[in-house]
Amino acid sequence: MAETFNEMVDQGHVREAYRNLEKWQNDMPADLRAMKQNEAEALFRRVGITFAVYGEGGDPERLIPFDMFPRVFTASEWRKLDRGIRQRAAALNAFLADVYDQREIVRAGRVPEHLITHNEAFEKAVVGFRPPRNVWSHIVGIDLVRTGPDQFYVLEDNCRTPSGVSYMLQNREIMMRMFPNLFVENRIAPVDNYADTLRKTLASVAPQKCDRDPTVVILTPGQFNSAYYEHSFLADLMGVELVEGQDLFVEGDFCWMRTTEGPKKVDVIYRRIDDAFIDPLCFRPDSMLGVPGLMNVYRSGGVTICSAPGAGVADDKAIYTFVPEMIRFYLGEAPILENVPTWQCAKADECKYVLENLSELVVKEVHGSGGYGMLVGPKADKATIEAFRAKIEERPWNYIAQPTLALSACPTFVEEGVAPRHVDLRPYCLVGEKIELVPGGLTRVALKEGSLVVNSSQGGGVKDTWVLAE
Amino acid sequence: MLSRTASHLYWMARYLERAETTARLLQMGGRNALLPDIGGGYRNDWEAVLQALGQLEAFREKYSDPNQRNVETFLFFDSSNPASVMSCIANARENARVVRTALTSQVWDAINTSFQEMQEFHRTERSKLLLNDMTDWALRAGALIRGAISGTQLRDDGYRFIGLGYTVERADNTARLLDVKYYVLLPSLSYVGSALDQTQWATLLRSMQAHRAFVWSYKGEITAAKIADLLILNRQFPRSLLSATQESVDHLEALSRGYKQPSRAATVARGLLGEIAELSVEDIFDEGLHQFLLRFMRRNDQIAAAVQATYLSGVPE
Repeated sequence: MAETFNEMVDQGHVREAYRNLEKWQNDMPADLRAMKQNEAEALFRRVGITFAVYGEGGDPERLIPFDMFPRVFTASEWRKLDRGIRQRAAALNAFLADVYDQREIVRAGRVPEHLITHNEAFEKAVVGFRPPRNVWSHIVGIDLVRTGPDQFYVLEDNCRTPSGVSYMLQNREIMMRMFPNLFVENRIAPVDNYADTLRKTLASVAPQKCDRDPTVVILTPGQFNSAYYEHSFLADLMGVELVEGQDLFVEGDFCWMRTTEGPKKVDVIYRRIDDAFIDPLCFRPDSMLGVPGLMNVYRSGGVTICSAPGAGVADDKAIYTFVPEMIRFYLGEAPILENVPTWQCAKADECKYVLENLSELVVKEVHGSGGYGMLVGPKADKATIEAFRAKIEERPWNYIAQPTLALSACPTFVEEGVAPRHVDLRPYCLVGEKIELVPGGLTRVALKEGSLVVNSSQGGGVKDTWVLAE
Repeated sequence: MLSRTASHLYWMARYLERAETTARLLQMGGRNALLPDIGGGYRNDWEAVLQALGQLEAFREKYSDPNQRNVETFLFFDSSNPASVMSCIANARENARVVRTALTSQVWDAINTSFQEMQEFHRTERSKLLLNDMTDWALRAGALIRGAISGTQLRDDGYRFIGLGYTVERADNTARLLDVKYYVLLPSLSYVGSALDQTQWATLLRSMQAHRAFVWSYKGEITAAKIADLLILNRQFPRSLLSATQESVDHLEALSRGYKQPSRAATVARGLLGEIAELSVEDIFDEGLHQFLLRFMRRNDQIAAAVQATYLSGVPE
């Protein structure tokens, strides 16, 4: 494994972008730090920013650990990321439009058809359909890791309903409240126009039939969903209703919500439920979360669903390999952000290589998420590796493998003071009439020393993410 | 506004009002327990407190002895008792949490902080908790939340549904307490006007935090007629049946105006208001206090049912 890139320190010297923070950290006595840390936690609890974990015992309302040490990008670093992310979001949408239309990319022999048609996220019900502005994934979360001064890799794309943006916004709020001076000393690009941009993005994809200011709603599975806080937070910031399936019904060619003044027509649904639950008539008949008949209204242009059902076909780990190809094919551009080299266990020769090098690779399930069901070779013992080997041999198509990346590390407050911990980054790209990206994202940090797993379900925390203004 | 949102706001307020009722009753019981009993020792009115809340049966199923400690546990902390302060605050908070977007951050903060403090109480060693501190805290929390609502919520339809939750529940609670005093606490009618009767009326006033109000408004001796006047007909007393009903009417009329749509709920409420506004204490005693209160509670329930049908079900009538 290559040496870890330290985002703050370069051969003993603190990088320019982190100078003020180094002073801030050195000037902060331990007791003040502890006090601030408690204050931050109290603020999170008080505002109610928790994520729910049910069925594991203990307090169902948990806090994601918040690390006060910000992560910093310089303006020039961000410029490259910004271009790369927008490019990727555009290509993924072009791919989705093509998948459900003529499949030019398949005809051109660039992407094998079975990866599309045999994909669980592929949605027959929308083949031939063209959503407003031909946008399929309106909120694209792109997970990035850094391994060197100029080296970023895309770890995965999230085209369905990426979560976590509320942490990006709240981490900033809390840092501004606790350390206002930091924001005087550093010129930090604001992120608080995210909600407004999201609302405009959603309104810009209202159906053509909508002839007035569009009514936008957020559709949530309900308060027991782990991201419920985020759903209500976004609804509040955008000033739109947060609805559950039971609040909506279909009549005529439109979708309506039940209000105290009678039915009100809904034009755009930002859904935070999975495809399978959107419409029990079209998908899972046992779904209590969705709205019967919604898909018919969608397909006849009575309502827009964001992201489009079927958008997941662009973001699984097998399709991922082809995103650079999509960028070249649809946009005629060279990819700005690189993919992590990936071996498909579905291919015999690549699978052979993976099985021979398990102790050095990270192996993931094609459809897995949340850091579950994966093998981190260099951190695993022999028995774990052998158990995983059996799983791969049994269902090779279910796995991909990647080299273990030396994730960059950021200074992080730990028991003994400040120490580097591995981080990743998820920016949120908005696609509607325009492609928009607020300067920042969610930085997740693996709080355990040496750990590379940043998922909150596995002991990860979050940080405020700064992009310095020019 | 979403019907479901309105429904959560309405129920949030009902639970908040109920939490205060329970806390007031506990406070009253704690005070009574300090008074010497005529037959020696101290009085034990805890069963009466349980009865006032309609919880005596439920209590007996779980506890054998109606001593203070058990009653405190049952009415303050027991989450299996839907009328306990803890259950009410937890339910109010759960309703608030679901519709947080319809509340100002001050209101949510007041409710959520109360809930956190409640849990803190629950974790504290019981020997370190004084009943008075607990009930004072609950009443203060209630006042804080009400203050945040009145000081920061937009006077929109959501505000009206919160208001309705409070007033419908308050009317019910006042009627219930009054009825329990008259029908249940008094062992037999021959006690009317006796010393025991006097103490119980005073107790009832305290449970409504109305003792001072009574003294200022009526002076002199406590009589059943004066008390009935205060708790049923007095427009100045905020928890009287007339005041609560008047407020329900105000909220419903504001809703009809705002929605530019007359509603059956407002008609039902106006009907009840018109009836009791015309009454005198004599009329009520002629009908029989118990009969009157039963009739009132039924009518109050009809308002609640009409609110449900008109606004909260999402299917307009």
